[in-house]
Amino acid sequence: MITLKINGATRQFDGDPDMPLLWYLRDIAGLTGSKFGCGMGLCGACTVHQDGVAIRSCVTPVRGTAGKEITTIEGLGNGDHPLQKAWAALNVAQCGYCQVGQIMQAASLLKKTPRPTDKDIDEAMAGNICRCGTYQRIRAAIKSAAKEQA
Amino acid sequence: MRTIDNFSRRTFLRQSFGAGALVLGARMIPAPALAALESAVFSPNVFVGIKSDGTVLIVAHRSEMGTSSRTVVPLILADEMEADWKRVKLEQAIGDAKYGDQDTDGSHSVRSFFGVMQECGASARLMLEQAAAKQWGVPVSQCKASLHQVIHTPSGQKVGYGELAAVAAKLPVPDKSQLVFKKKTEYRYIGKDFPIYDLADITHGKAIFGMDAKVEGMVYASVEHSPVLGGKIKSVDNKETLQVRGVSQTVEIPAFKPPHAFQALGGVAVIADNTWAAFQGRKKLKVAWDPGENASYTSSEYKKQLQATARQPGKVVRNVGDVDKGFAGAAKTLEAEYYVPHLAHAAMEPEVAAADFRNGKCTLWAPVQDPQAVQDTVAAAVGIDKKNVICNVTLLGGGFGRKSKPDFCAEAAILSKQLSKPVKVVWTREDDIRFDYYHSVSAMYLKAGLDAGGKPVAWLQRTVFPSIDSTFGLGVRYGSAGELGMGFTDTPYAIANIRAENGEAVNHVRIGWMRSVANIYHAFAVCSFADECAHAAGRDPKDYLLDLIGSPRIVDLKAQGVDYPNMGPIEQYPVDAGRLRKVVELAAEKSGWGKRALPKGHALGIAAHRSFLSYIATVVEVAVSPDGKISIPRVDTAVDAGMIVNPDRVRSQFEGAAVFGASLTLMGEITATAGKIDQSNFHNYPVARMHEAPMETRVHIVESDAPPAGVGEPGVPPFAPALCNAIFAATGKRIRELPIGKQKLT
Repeated sequence: MITLKINGATRQFDGDPDMPLLWYLRDIAGLTGSKFGCGMGLCGACTVHQDGVAIRSCVTPVRGTAGKEITTIEGLGNGDHPLQKAWAALNVAQCGYCQVGQIMQAASLLKKTPRPTDKDIDEAMAGNICRCGTYQRIRAAIKSAAKEQA
Repeated sequence: MRTIDNFSRRTFLRQSFGAGALVLGARMIPAPALAALESAVFSPNVFVGIKSDGTVLIVAHRSEMGTSSRTVVPLILADEMEADWKRVKLEQAIGDAKYGDQDTDGSHSVRSFFGVMQECGASARLMLEQAAAKQWGVPVSQCKASLHQVIHTPSGQKVGYGELAAVAAKLPVPDKSQLVFKKKTEYRYIGKDFPIYDLADITHGKAIFGMDAKVEGMVYASVEHSPVLGGKIKSVDNKETLQVRGVSQTVEIPAFKPPHAFQALGGVAVIADNTWAAFQGRKKLKVAWDPGENASYTSSEYKKQLQATARQPGKVVRNVGDVDKGFAGAAKTLEAEYYVPHLAHAAMEPEVAAADFRNGKCTLWAPVQDPQAVQDTVAAAVGIDKKNVICNVTLLGGGFGRKSKPDFCAEAAILSKQLSKPVKVVWTREDDIRFDYYHSVSAMYLKAGLDAGGKPVAWLQRTVFPSIDSTFGLGVRYGSAGELGMGFTDTPYAIANIRAENGEAVNHVRIGWMRSVANIYHAFAVCSFADECAHAAGRDPKDYLLDLIGSPRIVDLKAQGVDYPNMGPIEQYPVDAGRLRKVVELAAEKSGWGKRALPKGHALGIAAHRSFLSYIATVVEVAVSPDGKISIPRVDTAVDAGMIVNPDRVRSQFEGAAVFGASLTLMGEITATAGKIDQSNFHNYPVARMHEAPMETRVHIVESDAPPAGVGEPGVPPFAPALCNAIFAATGKRIRELPIGKQKLT
């Protein structure tokens, strides 16, 4: 039995401890905001926070998250995180599939680096693919949210 | 011809609209099909309904994959009927022929449905005004609909749409001749920036994509396919698979019968109680395959064959003047060969579908571009009538053409029927890359004869590629008129002698359309070669390009004997050299062509291309570092897509097209060895990441009252040649093969 803490709530899991956190979240816990994109930590669609830091849930076994605070998009900033507001103001999303992962990655960046430079953004966001190509607006939204927070 | 009927009393609609609702349906019947459709109950392609609480329900019958079709098409209707968008709810249509065309591809959602939506909205508005007039006992001329209510203009009295719905529902639908459409200046939404309907759900992780569909009691499946197209199962060893916790069984899916079209590929499905267990079980599966004849396919060899074919004369598909004579009289001739490999769509959401087969009916939940194709495909796969296939369309995590090919839906249906329970088939990224309907590989050869002043007097171009038609028919060797009409038979250059030829190619993989389709390779070759000619002539590439395009005129391809399907009626959407010129001039002006001071190692390249009836010119600024690394600081794209509905979403499509273009130019390549696709995931089929994408794309929209054209795809084709032309300007290195990849630039 593994005890997980997800978005502040404690949950018990008695399935395969090697199951990646992503599939626990999606198939078992019913939290489908985090997306499956590659299964290899290459695209960032599955990004969640572990103790406030972005991780790829598709390559993080459930057993490794025991005792850690996991935050998914469903638990981010009560739904009105400055990034979510900036995302809406700038109409960032196209298909939207990767956007949760992008927002979670950006939230982790802003926590560590409240006023990121372009280079900081490039480095932090390099692991998050958007096939629709919304990068330009993602960058602008991150900067806008950073300003908002300051 | 087009008619609008009042469907208020149709029982099937009560479920979504409730009793007493005004429900209008529009149907567009192409004249030749009229007789066939007369026997149908009705065949509308859009509905709008008003509930008594005033909620306006609009059925979105086009799929949402990021192009904003789901928002923009209903928005046209809402604007015309004076509905308050805040009180509009969208209902996503299931697949049904009554909606007309639902295949969300070809960049035509707005183009094909603008008029229908307008008419439907204007009818609703007039009927609401008539209902108010009746209620008040005043002439309808004194009643004016305005933002969800009707106003009695002399008295200022107002009544809401909801209160009028029941009265309006009893009125006959007005004849089209009675409709008065809003003037452009009266639009509330059209022409203004507008957020997509699902934006808040997306940013909060609440939006439901196909991957998120959940059906009570469903099991999960992952399918092992033959690594070579058309391979057959020799033996299956599932012992270790069945030991994986959560796995219940394996199921064989029969192999497709050629031509493959949208059939399930066939293979072995691993069934489990969660996705990951299905994936794990599949890793333990041992399947021996008889690879079949496509094991002969090795793309490096195939490339040589295509190139050899392109060096030989092919089937003539356009002939103007006499190129041979032109070459003989030329002061200088130029030849070049271009090559673009197979590409994969790689939408962020891999293929996925949930199906529930029971009592002779199959219900699906899937991210699909064409739910009616799902009906046809699933009906054939499980042996039922298509009317018993109910396809619910979720949001699509990207599509780019891949998700109009519902092979994965057939898999889910077959498995659900066999297991008698709902099944969700989830493809891995590896499945997505290895079992795509690939964008066609192509080899091209171009030759130009220039006169003493550098002006081309003869132009020969050849293209060789396996055709998309080979997906649907056996023995296909040549490109279709549609593929050839994508930037090859319609090259709008003012040259006295032009010949275009198409060579034979045999296909070994599944070929399919991908965002902008054959325009990608044709625009790459033609627009690169135009730049080569400009340099050979010692001219500025932009000035030279304008000369090539020539004077503003309509290029009459029919008069030249070209079989040219166009993407819309040619009278309405002619090939207009003047519009192409204009975008070239606009892109040049906005990018500061020839004027903007650029840092060392930076240069501009330009390309212009008409596709999907839109005219696009793109200027790419490239920066090449001393060690040959490429970055793209800025892109300027000029867009003439006719009348547009939502400028912000038009801009976003062209911003995205620049990134899509950067991916295929810099790094996109699918290869095969002995029939097996060599790539599998984003480590070996990379797509542009933020730091590799253009830093800034500026989109310059030409204000136009021309009929709406297309915006989802046409931004892609000019990008590759514009970037490669910029690289030539920066380095003197001409890129004739994509991707640029490891080619040395310094």
